[in-house]
Amino acid sequence: MSVRLTFDPFDPGALLSEFSRGRSETGAVATFTGIARAEAGATVALELEAYPGFTEAEIGKVADRARARFGLDDVAILHRVGKIAPGEAVVFVATAARHRRAAFEACDFLMDYLKSKAPFWKKEQGPGGARWVEPTDQDHADLTRWEET
Amino acid sequence: MARVLLFGRLSDVAGWRERQVDSPFLSALRAELSGEDAALGEALAGKGVQVALDQVIVRGDAALNAGTEVAFLPPMSGG
Repeated sequence: MSVRLTFDPFDPGALLSEFSRGRSETGAVATFTGIARAEAGATVALELEAYPGFTEAEIGKVADRARARFGLDDVAILHRVGKIAPGEAVVFVATAARHRRAAFEACDFLMDYLKSKAPFWKKEQGPGGARWVEPTDQDHADLTRWEET
Repeated sequence: MARVLLFGRLSDVAGWRERQVDSPFLSALRAELSGEDAALGEALAGKGVQVALDQVIVRGDAALNAGTEVAFLPPMSGG
């Protein structure tokens, strides 16, 4: 399992190749790549702040839960921090499982967590200045899909 | 001396991200910071602001040792 933060742009395709290599019993790899939106010129850049060490550890706890819940073989998460330009990849999640359903669902579960609860602080810089962003109601609603009853 | 870290909008309010503060308790540290900067004191006591000591979230007061890392974390936005 790998959870990492990076200040540098990354190539999701290269990460997928690396993650998939040598998995003769895995059967299914699902990935998600989130890309910074320009919002029709309203966002010039996105700035993400993390708490190094704490942020990776908190994401790691949720990745462990995903691994247990969906019976994953492996998980990889790479998240950008610092200034991110529209069109650049912000986050990459890869999940490996014996069968596709678990891989898809675990990827979806991890993204709902990462978008709503992960320890990041997000600032959007637009033409009129910068503002701190908090999760949307939709992000919170997405997370409730995974509550175990 | 505790090492104080501010994240997100808190560092914008304070105008700094990291500094050393000599306080034996978290409550004393809050009092010291709000004595210097009332707007920061109010922001630190704001809704949803959590505190981590050496990267572990704590609630209520706590003793601070030399070199304890005290992080004030406003509501997390997700990535």
